[in-house]
Amino acid sequence: MTTASWERTFGELCYGGSYVPESLVHVLDEVQKAFLTAIDDPAFVSRLDKLHREFGGRETPTIRADNLSERWGTGLFLKREDLVHGGAHKLNSTIGQILLAEYMGKTRIISETGAGQHGVATAMTAAKFGLPTDVYMGVVDIERQHSNVRRMQLHGARVIPVSTGRGTLKDAINEAMRDWITNVGESYHCFGTAAGPFPYPSLVKHFQRVIGDEARRQMLEGHGALPTDVIACIGGGSNAIGTYTAFLDDPDVRLWAAEPAGTGLDGTNHAAALTRGSVGVFHGMKSLWLQNEDGQIAPTHSIAAGLDYPGVGPELVELMERGRLGVITVTDSEAVEAFEVLSQAEGIIPAFESAHALAATWKLAKEDRDRTMLMCLSGRGDKDLESYWKLSEGNDE
Amino acid sequence: MNRFHTLFRDPDARAFIPFFTLGDPDWETSLRIIDSAVQAGADALELGFPFADPISDGPTNQKSMARALRAGSTFDSCTLLVAEVRNRFPELPISLLLYYNLLFCQEREGYRKLAEAGVDAIVISDLPMEESAYHVDCLKSNGLGCVHMVAPNTPRDRARTLFDESDAFTYVISRFGTTGADSRLSDATIEHVTRLRAVTEKPYAVGFGISHPDFVRQIWDTGANGVIVGSHFSSMIEHNPDAPEVAIEGICAFIAEVKSHSEARPVTL
Ligand SMILES: Cc1ncc(COP(=O)(O)O)c(C=O)c1O
Repeated sequence: MTTASWERTFGELCYGGSYVPESLVHVLDEVQKAFLTAIDDPAFVSRLDKLHREFGGRETPTIRADNLSERWGTGLFLKREDLVHGGAHKLNSTIGQILLAEYMGKTRIISETGAGQHGVATAMTAAKFGLPTDVYMGVVDIERQHSNVRRMQLHGARVIPVSTGRGTLKDAINEAMRDWITNVGESYHCFGTAAGPFPYPSLVKHFQRVIGDEARRQMLEGHGALPTDVIACIGGGSNAIGTYTAFLDDPDVRLWAAEPAGTGLDGTNHAAALTRGSVGVFHGMKSLWLQNEDGQIAPTHSIAAGLDYPGVGPELVELMERGRLGVITVTDSEAVEAFEVLSQAEGIIPAFESAHALAATWKLAKEDRDRTMLMCLSGRGDKDLESYWKLSEGNDE
Repeated sequence: MNRFHTLFRDPDARAFIPFFTLGDPDWETSLRIIDSAVQAGADALELGFPFADPISDGPTNQKSMARALRAGSTFDSCTLLVAEVRNRFPELPISLLLYYNLLFCQEREGYRKLAEAGVDAIVISDLPMEESAYHVDCLKSNGLGCVHMVAPNTPRDRARTLFDESDAFTYVISRFGTTGADSRLSDATIEHVTRLRAVTEKPYAVGFGISHPDFVRQIWDTGANGVIVGSHFSSMIEHNPDAPEVAIEGICAFIAEVKSHSEARPVTL
């Protein structure tokens, strides 16, 4: 395990930071100190490693998508985070965080979820640790990711519906933060993405960088070369930064972010914070936010509940602004098309979130065939089947 | 000269400071409510700019802010409302409570507008000292007072620094949790605010959860210089959507009762 790269802020504009109510300052300080102690503690590191292998099913393979590679005339490799226990990369972070919560002597877990994947990963990890868990989830997401709600409940978590705002991830995070402010002593907030107040962006990155660390080695071993392009979808940015980190010092490897353009970039029916956001301070961090000129956070939309968020992790903003990260926007319908393509061509049903990454990869392939592309397949799509069927029935009528 | 300095010049001052969301339920009614509260004896005001995602606020103030936003409140309309209150009460200390993004996105110009409207001091609910350099600089260059918050888990040394760095007064959060009227005042709250009196001689006001004139008196009795009541008033506005005069009557009765206590200073120590 590599030691943490630990930054409070990113870049000259100081993205990130820790903009929280005073009652959380002490709590975040405690999380940071415990984390730094834990990752240098061989007992913690070996337990984490064992959990990754035995509970999480790591390592996950990186496979060549032969049929699509042939069809597109490029090399396409998929990092199979859909095969992680629970069906998404989220478990990498929940294993680390809940182990940390136990290390800190916390007795209760608070979380929030959009797609339900982070909620499921939290619920299953907390079940293993015997910790009671409350997961906040927007009512719109409860509706569109219903199977995940049931999975969380089966693991013993309480799913608390949130009906404020548009009833999506942002609103669920608001409620989780209110709970945390109220129950600071005994509760650990298991944050779902590489965003929020310091130390969460760095902490979640640390637990997610296993994706890129493995994939880089697997590319070298299996393919004999690094990829030319690395692609991931962006919700808050955890699978993305987890994938990119291993490649940051490879200047010839281009990094790409697939952002949700919803039904189009005009208006508020998208969640493309990197492309359309402006600098603001919310959910504990300075970053790019979709907001109006008065600083009110905008409503968002994406067909992928896990990408339906008005902000983005601070490190990604810095990477984009210094030209290290390119951004490709993907609409709902392009994502659904990619969802079908992968299911049919490779026998893998991707999450709607990951389908955004594939659609972006496809665009790159069209642009220039001479690429070797590594895409993070962040999760499997079983959770999206209901929505997909509803959608295709709607289209048939 | 910051008007809070005048208010708190007497170290035994027992100030009552109502909180209102600007523009709740609409601009005109909000002005009427605030005007009546001052006429009824409020010693100063804590006024909130509505934010659609107020993470430090419980359901009552969330709804209050949602009403204000639905009625069309913006940064400029709130600033105009403050200016009108200032116009009516030239000597009244006025402090604002904001979520940082509302001010951050206005940049320096926003601070200038607020100073021009007659604001004395500003407290930000999601801006800890560590991140506040730019904010403090903007306040200073516009002659606005800086109000830091102290929480129940703020270590003693840090609390001392926050008191020292605050201008105008310091906002002491009475308990863990979001804003919202509590049915009782906990022993932990009394203990926490009493302990702070030994940390500083500078003025501080206590807020969050306070919902009864007796609680106000008990908090004053610990040595606090000011007490802030907000959600309790917001809920009066919420429950009288078609009869703001009923809410106003309730708010004024509360303030009148509280002020009758403030005269009766007990002999302490
Ligand atoms: C499968 C999958 N991929 C991606 C995401 C987006 O999150 P992040 O940007 O943190 O990786 C989610 C979030 O729920 C998800 O479930």
